[in-house]
Amino acid sequence: MDGVDQLIPVPDTDTQTYWEGCKRSELLIQRCLSCEKLYFYPRMLCPHCMGRKYEWVKVSGRGVVYSYTLIRRPPVSGLEVPYILAIVELEEGVRMMSNIIDCKEDEIDIGMKVEVIFQPVSDEIYLPKFRPVKG
Amino acid sequence: MKEQSIRAKTAIVGIGETAVGKLPGKTSMQLMAEASAQAIEDAGLKKDDVDGVLVSYSLAEPSFMYCSFFSEYMGIKPHFSAAVHLGGASMCSLVGHAAAAINAGICSTVLIARGDPQRTGFSRQGVVAMSTEVGHRQFEAPYAPLTAGIYAMVARRHMHEFGTTSEQLAEIAVTMRYHASMNDNAQMRDPITIDDVLNSKLVADPLHVLDCCLVSDGGGAIVVTSAERANDLRKPPVYILGFGEGHSHYHIIQAESLVTSGCKDAARRAFAMSGLTPADIDVAEIYDCFTTTVLVDLEDLGFCEKGEGGRFVQGGRITFGGELPVNTHGGLLSQAHIAGMLHIVEAARQLRGEAGRRQVHGAQTAVVTGNGGSLSAHAVLVLGTEGVL
Ligand SMILES: [Zn+2]
Repeated sequence: MDGVDQLIPVPDTDTQTYWEGCKRSELLIQRCLSCEKLYFYPRMLCPHCMGRKYEWVKVSGRGVVYSYTLIRRPPVSGLEVPYILAIVELEEGVRMMSNIIDCKEDEIDIGMKVEVIFQPVSDEIYLPKFRPVKG
Repeated sequence: MKEQSIRAKTAIVGIGETAVGKLPGKTSMQLMAEASAQAIEDAGLKKDDVDGVLVSYSLAEPSFMYCSFFSEYMGIKPHFSAAVHLGGASMCSLVGHAAAAINAGICSTVLIARGDPQRTGFSRQGVVAMSTEVGHRQFEAPYAPLTAGIYAMVARRHMHEFGTTSEQLAEIAVTMRYHASMNDNAQMRDPITIDDVLNSKLVADPLHVLDCCLVSDGGGAIVVTSAERANDLRKPPVYILGFGEGHSHYHIIQAESLVTSGCKDAARRAFAMSGLTPADIDVAEIYDCFTTTVLVDLEDLGFCEKGEGGRFVQGGRITFGGELPVNTHGGLLSQAHIAGMLHIVEAARQLRGEAGRRQVHGAQTAVVTGNGGSLSAHAVLVLGTEGVL
């Protein structure tokens, strides 16, 4: 009951399209049709200009680590520690929280180039995580 | 300018503080009532003199219409009543709300209280709910962030941009502990060294256990009234000279910066209202949920340049006899975590000259900060004695 399962996101009418995209391995971000800025997390109006018309843009899924930490005391059971928690800044400018996977403890650094990978955590939810870009 | 209008129009006239630490069986209502009774008596007032009641909330015992419940428990029938949900910024924010309401003639004497059995009062479900509530439910929480993890990312970014070190963060924890060693009502009183901090377990790199605040049962309260009324009461008035808030985001992924916070905006407003500058401040009670927060706040308050916080906290500058004694009671890191209420109580004590062994000699001005959420909600108070009016 207090395990990692209870962290699984439950989509709502703001976010359904985002999670459907993740299931297809597409990272979808909203772009405001009034001011043309991208914004994240998904919502029904633009936090820059209050515009209520938007489109979903498939972004590259590439970005850099803006900051990170190694969590050693997880909030729920069922997680292997340490794991890397990060804020990733996408090429397109918006920031997301995620975990960096396939990355050694001593390799992670601010500015590291990363790319998205979608990890299934339930039948419906594929969680976007990031891994170092090779080479 | 309108911002000038509430400067020195109100004062803190009563303070109360319960025992802190592990207080099994104490309820939120008991802790708030004990602190409040002390504060009202300290002011030389009766409960029926109180016509405004402001509170935050209880995490251990969440309650619908919490402020109504508390007023009823106290036997007070106020005509100004509210509960705010601004995390660690709540209490400083409420002082501003009280000052504004009194100045507007809505009420004359406001009781502000906080009390929560956070150490021993949580149910098992409550603990689980709390730990999974950190971060946006869909876009942060799935990555298991921890509050400490969020502030660790703040620390890491500060280190990256400015070369701040773990030793510098540790010096903050060491100093708070030293101050707590002089406070009989502190949870952790045994002195520690920088090595002790660095050798304590990592919670979320680069933050160690000793970089993180305590978890406490306990309560605190103050009474605020008009400056005219304050003059007739028992204790020297602690004037509210300046107040400001700054709210930049809620979720950390929405923060424009991890190294500059809404404290900067709040501080600019509070100092402008007070007519004072950081150079005029004798003592600072800075919200210290993590050592990181103290560093960022000291910079955002203007005590040093952005990025200089690490050097600023070194060499005894933030202890007694230094340039700016910080958290003279031991703070959330070593006294107790009562959501910042006791930072305000301690500031008042310092300005009354009642701080005993830890009195900052001749303290006439103080700044107090509150920080809630993920560097999200900020409130800043500038307080002063009659001598600086
Ligand atoms: Zn827009």
